[in-house]
Amino acid sequence: MTLHPLIEWLAASLLLVSAFFLLVGAVGLVRLPDFFMRLHAPTKASTLGVGGALLASMLVSAAEGRAGFAELLITLFVFVTAPVSANLMAQAALHLRISGTATEPGDAVPERAGPP
Amino acid sequence: MSTSILALALDIAAGAISLAMVLCGWRLIRGPHVVDRLLAIDTLYLNAVALIVLLGIRLHTPILFEAALVVAMLGFVSTVALARYLTRGDAIE
Repeated sequence: MTLHPLIEWLAASLLLVSAFFLLVGAVGLVRLPDFFMRLHAPTKASTLGVGGALLASMLVSAAEGRAGFAELLITLFVFVTAPVSANLMAQAALHLRISGTATEPGDAVPERAGPP
Repeated sequence: MSTSILALALDIAAGAISLAMVLCGWRLIRGPHVVDRLLAIDTLYLNAVALIVLLGIRLHTPILFEAALVVAMLGFVSTVALARYLTRGDAIE
């Protein structure tokens, strides 16, 4: 089967952009010095990378003549659940008193104000 | 179209995602705290979803997208359960 050249170029560029963002997320996961900095890189860049790959897949499957409902479902699921899991990981890190290297060790985790 | 631009882009993207998975595995082994390892596992699940989607584009089958959906749901549930376990000391109350 032959795709239209415009669709093929568009899908190829979307795939390259998504691979770039996934690689940037992994490099940020390795290179950044602190857990709370490291939490930023995969949760945003990798979500965008998976969204780009699924968009390219939806484009190719629509050009081949079938609707991509499963891809749309995966995209919605990933975009909804990535902030939730990042929030839960940040809560776990705050609970375990992980200290950041960018601040002083004494006031790395500020005391939470109790309920009045 | 023996060597199409889409196949070339699929090859390059698969290589980049594999490199990203290797970097996540380094953080999974190295990670100083347990939450670093949890974050590495979550990112590995996202990269696996992207890799399965690339395989589905290459093989022209819609079956692999349900596999990707299952992997995404398992990744979310395991991340939530591990984070709850680290926070409360108990996964399901």
